[in-house]
Amino acid sequence: MSIEVKNIVKTFDAFKALNDVSLKVETGELIALLGPSGSGKTTLLRIIAGLETADSGEILFHGEDASVKKTKDRNVGFVFQHYALFRHMTVADNIAFGLRVQPRAIRPSEDKIKAKVKDLLDLVQLDWVGDRYPSQLSGGQRQRIALARALAIEPKVLLLDEPFGSLDAQVRKELRQWLRRFHDDLHITSLFVTHDQEEALEVADRIVVMNKGKVEQVGTPQEVYHKPASVFVLNFLGNINLFQGRVIDGKLYLGNAPVNLGRGELKSNVKSANLYIRPHQFDISRKPQGDNAIKAIIKFLNLAGSSVKLDLSTESGNTLQVEITQQEFSQSQFIKGESVFVCPKDITFCEYEI
Amino acid sequence: MSLARTESPLIRRILIGIALFYLILFIFMPLFIVFSTALEKGVSYYFNSLKDPDTIASIQLTLITALIAVPLNLVFGVAASWAIAKFDFRGKNILLTLIDVPLSVSPVISGLIFVLLFGLQGIFGPWLRDHGWRIIFTPSAIILATIFVTFPMVARELIPVMKAQGNDEEEAAITLGANGWKTFWYITLPNIKWGLLYGVILCNARAMGEFGAVSVVSGHIQGFTNTLPLQIEMLYNDYSFTAAFAAASLLAFLALFTLVIKSLVEYRFRAELKAVRKGAH
Repeated sequence: MSIEVKNIVKTFDAFKALNDVSLKVETGELIALLGPSGSGKTTLLRIIAGLETADSGEILFHGEDASVKKTKDRNVGFVFQHYALFRHMTVADNIAFGLRVQPRAIRPSEDKIKAKVKDLLDLVQLDWVGDRYPSQLSGGQRQRIALARALAIEPKVLLLDEPFGSLDAQVRKELRQWLRRFHDDLHITSLFVTHDQEEALEVADRIVVMNKGKVEQVGTPQEVYHKPASVFVLNFLGNINLFQGRVIDGKLYLGNAPVNLGRGELKSNVKSANLYIRPHQFDISRKPQGDNAIKAIIKFLNLAGSSVKLDLSTESGNTLQVEITQQEFSQSQFIKGESVFVCPKDITFCEYEI
Repeated sequence: MSLARTESPLIRRILIGIALFYLILFIFMPLFIVFSTALEKGVSYYFNSLKDPDTIASIQLTLITALIAVPLNLVFGVAASWAIAKFDFRGKNILLTLIDVPLSVSPVISGLIFVLLFGLQGIFGPWLRDHGWRIIFTPSAIILATIFVTFPMVARELIPVMKAQGNDEEEAAITLGANGWKTFWYITLPNIKWGLLYGVILCNARAMGEFGAVSVVSGHIQGFTNTLPLQIEMLYNDYSFTAAFAAASLLAFLALFTLVIKSLVEYRFRAELKAVRKGAH
């Protein structure tokens, strides 16, 4: 089922949580709502579920107005950050709850409910915990049970509010890959809220970046990472270095070399520009290469990981973050305190000042 | 699981000793004296003094009062704590303060309030008299005063429990298709039932044992408006010590009985209780 959010506004006292938010989610998509805390992402999710009401705007489920429907009739699966499992019920009773509270006319028989619970426990690979209480499970297991419980009512839409937020890093990684595979099998239209950009980039089909109650950008992980629509998106989706570009004779310069803009000409009224460059977009060497090489001193080296991260300090006192491959590093063997030259290969984002 | 203990064994023993000393001095000794004085003149005398018609009437009035006050305050307590713990609304703090009023004013003043409201010189007194109703110096006044004095007991017990549990589970139930009533019945109520049980036990104990407020509105009419505590006082003032203590032993016995019931219920549901207290977090 597709979801369409139109011009949603929501205010809490004086705080504008959502300011004219519109969004379209296609059937079967896995969407991440990404943003810092207070950006309104959870509020948007709760409005879609019907747990909050918008001040104005529309929510359409498959083209039909959902705002008139109560939460219990929306057929939405909701997974909470802190699981919200019913603590006084066993795991099996938790999962069966959504079926048992159905009106008698459509409620499945107790045998069918039991079979369904078993299927769902198999699906989340926890078939041996049915008789336990939630307090006897680990965090990762609880979240999987919460997901099984949400799926029991065969929702058309699955909403997950920071589903991995209260888990430790290792479990979080496992569980989000599991969620991805899981979604590929079931194809339920899903939205999940996260403040972890890595999580969003890794799992989602598309990412909705939110800030201060507004949508900053909607796009595939590649799009938001490589073609950010704003400085906020740029900053939020990874480390970034800022340079001042100068405009001389209608050309943009970084250092002493003109910048290859690639996508069209510089407009004539531009006076200067902020150039944003990701840490992996640099060449680094002991000898200066090219006119825009910047001299810097290596302050810190982090060798752990798939790439080598260097913190550099330029002559003007600015800090630079540079990332090179392990292979490049093994050839050059930079050491801490060494003087090097860095040369930008590419630019992620230009912000012009007119 | 063992907690790190930093205190020396000596300090531990001293602390336990102080606690025990207090228990013996203020709980066990009075209890012992109540029962020993009641049985001083033998078992048959004990039962005969309880068979006194006025004493039986006072027992009946006490039971009826509790039977009306406790369920009403149970409903009020659940509704008030539900509102306070789960919703934000204007005047919430005022409501919280008002709930505490019966606990913070002297019971005698609580009783006087009813006299001022419903007595012949009171606000509604003349109107009630004209319509042939009497409240003060009748069992109705006793019931009203008891309800007033005991209404915080359940709410006080439930508000912290409900606040600590938050709204998550109720919201989960609603997204799973449960309506408000089913959510309350299957999710909220099971989570608060222990707090509710303690609240009811406290409320009941206070309803049966209340003296001050009831004393002011009762008029001490033997066999009509005397509750058990008032009857005990009257017997005591008449120097019928054995009869007074026999009646008092009934109240004490009732307190012990509710405690035993509570412990039995706790024992029976210990696994579930553990799961609920540990919480799902």
